[in-house]
Amino acid sequence: MTTVRIPPTLRPDAEGQREIAAEGSTVREVLDEVGERFPRLRARIFENGNIAAFVNVYVGGEDIRTQDGLETPVADDATLILLPAMAGGTLASLAGGASRPAEPASGTASTR
Amino acid sequence: MSGNTVPSGDTPPARRQEREGPASSLLDLVGNTPLVELKRLAPSPAVRLYAKLEGQNPSGSIKDRIAKAMVETAEARGELEPGRELLEPTSGNTGISLAMVARIKGYGLTCVMPANATPERRRLLKLMGAKIVESRADEGTNGAVQLALRMAEQDRRYFMPFQYANEANVRAHYDGTGAEIADELDRVDVLVAGLGTGGTLMGAGARIHESFPDATVAAAEPLPGDPVIGLRSLEDGYVPPILDVSRLDRKLLVTNAESVAGVRALLEREAIFAGVSSGAVVHVGRKLAEEVGEGVVVCVLADGGWKYLSAPFWAAEDVESAMENSVWW
Repeated sequence: MTTVRIPPTLRPDAEGQREIAAEGSTVREVLDEVGERFPRLRARIFENGNIAAFVNVYVGGEDIRTQDGLETPVADDATLILLPAMAGGTLASLAGGASRPAEPASGTASTR
Repeated sequence: MSGNTVPSGDTPPARRQEREGPASSLLDLVGNTPLVELKRLAPSPAVRLYAKLEGQNPSGSIKDRIAKAMVETAEARGELEPGRELLEPTSGNTGISLAMVARIKGYGLTCVMPANATPERRRLLKLMGAKIVESRADEGTNGAVQLALRMAEQDRRYFMPFQYANEANVRAHYDGTGAEIADELDRVDVLVAGLGTGGTLMGAGARIHESFPDATVAAAEPLPGDPVIGLRSLEDGYVPPILDVSRLDRKLLVTNAESVAGVRALLEREAIFAGVSSGAVVHVGRKLAEEVGEGVVVCVLADGGWKYLSAPFWAAEDVESAMENSVWW
């Protein structure tokens, strides 16, 4: 069974779950199964059949975009992590830890 | 990573020329940072692990390279002239580097940052001559970027380098960081750098691939805690325009705990006092060194540990909990 970790921003589309157990030998198969159970989640992480631009998917802690994409193999006990794409940098790294949610960027940069 | 997509044009060379006698200003001392072998951290004698010490740039970080390059490229293109004011949304290393460049060249600098940025940052930037404009704390970092963009649009006096979209950022690492490594080493199998704007990985990565086509260019990427991830909606997502992930060979997540373990290992075994992102880079460097078994692995360490001395993780037993509410690099 593969564990799929859901980021806070996508949990409302997965009935609030932090983790979902799913089966499959590739990222595509695992996410297909997850998508069948949570269609709203599927709509958010896929875009024209591919992983949406602002979603990052990691298997074994490594981005599938530098592996085989949706065909990246997934071991049975693997963890698949979904994350929103976040630009690095230092804007918030030096801010206090008490910051609250940022507003949507509406087409402009949302950098740290 | 394929092909060379490093921007060409009228960018002044970022590398310091061979210099005799004293430097004419700190700007002459940007780059040409030391490369040091980490013999005690290498997983086996068959792998030579090196660190490029970017904290030894004049203002203390790798951002000196891009601050100088972005300003001098704009000057060369006639986009920036005396009397203009530099404007950047930053409360970090880029702000400090821009403050150094601005002060030496006689420009003003305004940094836009959320009102909850730490007092230490504000004080350092002010001491270096920067003006601070606060954006609303509850709008987070987006608020700072959007306010800076509005200010630049409304007042033509402002010039915004904007490191996330400025090709001079990439060029500085192609001409500087990458070229320096390629000049100093006969072999590079792996290059690891932290993923922020993507400038180091794109620029130095392209240059390393030119000299060592089979080298692996690897990004170390922070895995923030849930409270930080929770600040981002997908609509809020952002991929810096200068970053092309398809040109990376590897992209690995590093947890806060792994980053701090890397910082501690650097300090305890090599006496190198480095910042949090450097800990992540060394973590990935050692992992890939084990994978390749033999060869040369180069880690780019972006800054020193000084700016993190007041951080809670040094003494924390549960590093993840101590760090989960903040973004560290």
